[in-house]
Amino acid sequence: MNLNELTITGIHEGLKKKEFSALELCKVYLDKLKEKDKEISAFLTITENLALSQAKKIDDVIQKDREIPHLAGIPLAVKDNILVEGVKCTAASKILENYIAPYDATVIKKLKEQDAVILGKTNLDEFAMGSSTENSAFGSTKNPADLTRVSGGSSGGSAAAVAANLCIFALGSDTGGSIRQPASFCGVVGLKPTYGAVSRYGLIAFASSLDQIGPITKTVEDCKIVFNAIKGKDPMDSTSVESKVSNLKFQISSLRIGVPKEYFVKGMSPEVEKVMEEAIKKYEEMGAKISEISLPHTEYALPCYYIIAPSEASANLARYDGIKYGYSTASKKQKTTNNLLDVYLQSREEGFGAEVRRRIMLGTYVLSAGYYEAYYLRAQKVRTLIKEDFDKAFEKVDVIFTPVSSTPAFKLGEKIEDPLAMYLSDIFTASINLAGLPAISIPVGKVKNLPVGFQIIGKPFEENTILETGEIFEKTYVDSSSITTN
Amino acid sequence: MINKEEVKHIAKLARLGLTEKEIAKFQKELSSILDYIGKLKEVDISEVEPTSHSILVENVMRDDYPNPVEARIQQTAGKQSPKLLKLAPDTKNGYLKVKPIF
Repeated sequence: MNLNELTITGIHEGLKKKEFSALELCKVYLDKLKEKDKEISAFLTITENLALSQAKKIDDVIQKDREIPHLAGIPLAVKDNILVEGVKCTAASKILENYIAPYDATVIKKLKEQDAVILGKTNLDEFAMGSSTENSAFGSTKNPADLTRVSGGSSGGSAAAVAANLCIFALGSDTGGSIRQPASFCGVVGLKPTYGAVSRYGLIAFASSLDQIGPITKTVEDCKIVFNAIKGKDPMDSTSVESKVSNLKFQISSLRIGVPKEYFVKGMSPEVEKVMEEAIKKYEEMGAKISEISLPHTEYALPCYYIIAPSEASANLARYDGIKYGYSTASKKQKTTNNLLDVYLQSREEGFGAEVRRRIMLGTYVLSAGYYEAYYLRAQKVRTLIKEDFDKAFEKVDVIFTPVSSTPAFKLGEKIEDPLAMYLSDIFTASINLAGLPAISIPVGKVKNLPVGFQIIGKPFEENTILETGEIFEKTYVDSSSITTN
Repeated sequence: MINKEEVKHIAKLARLGLTEKEIAKFQKELSSILDYIGKLKEVDISEVEPTSHSILVENVMRDDYPNPVEARIQQTAGKQSPKLLKLAPDTKNGYLKVKPIF
């Protein structure tokens, strides 16, 4: 049995039947991680001692023949913008290079209550700003399918770690596509839950009205298990909501799938388009009803996103001031640091990387006197129109299918010098965050050896429907790489 | 294209130190991004209300009595302070120490 290729339920059964111990399992993963991560650089911190002590604790429980939670002993990785008490949390930024998390994020607390085993913290674009993980202050993560290509971003480390079998699942965060796009590039499952479905307490804030934590897994079934473990209302996050679980039985024959015509336009790679068409055809064969729909404001979603997200980021990142924590020139005995303003200017100049500075500048500009109405307020109104497009579409269909990205994983270095080209990577994903909807990326095929995912978008708090919709594809076409184009 | 003075003004508002070279770089980059997001000017928004929060949530009211959840939060917060102070670059007698304002 290859312990590195099991799913959550497989491991749970193995542990219960004592086929292997949690400690054995944990050691297998740690060894593989140390060896294999040299190639892909998915991890920033390995929490070996924490993992080993968690694993031993579960073995004690199993020895006494007591029931264990579903996630007990399951090795996982956590994006390095989610706090794990006592462990460094850098957000892949020099400004937090030595920051030790003083408490657990709510999602971590929930996973620890189930005795899941935390192997380490994964790489990301600095403060989750980027689409390739190349904006990390600590080096980029490579795509396990092709080491010359990006893993996607910003949760590139998490997606690559799952794809390379270095953990069973990982947590990511998604502000404009940061779970779904790397999941698509690496060939794994990634869920961005409805805004509010999962507590953001302990997530390092980027754009607070868009950020959500979600699972990155190997299968849809695993995704369901992890989502159910981390969701729910949290007194520490006033925007979190207890989602109602619908009792409706899922039936593919009564599923109405909408395909928005605006998402299949010029500029999309013909191979990706072909994979998408094949996937849609397969759903039709399974009995779903496919219809073309229109989301007329699609082309405005990305410009809208690149006003709202940097605006919120510029406010959120004001807290990194060289006074309370993080990188600071105040503690250095520099002669040029004479007063408080110098500390602010220098700490932020030296601590933040290029993309973060760019977004702080952009956000500050569009919020500054004289521009607020022209940019920010206008963007908020366009956001309403984008949301209404989805509301109208969901009167006629149950789920919406779109590509996750117009191309498979691009080459390392290809877009890093051109910020606008990099921003366009989020073109199919950012609108979903603006509307607050749940969406999942499912591996559906390959172009040459590169994975391609497709996106299933659902109504608010109907994660179950999109998970079931994805699972039926996975179960019917066991080999998820069944659609291949050259 | 935005001018150098604007870039400097924005950097000052954002408390972000910039080198001369970066000022020129930001002038170019911000201008091209602003051109792109300027696309929103095409949209008719005359009758549209702004959205700041995508999911409908309402304020939750409660009676004013000691709330066990809040009490717990405050308790842990009390225990946190030495941990939090340790993260600061400079402290004195349990306070954050900062440089003079002038």
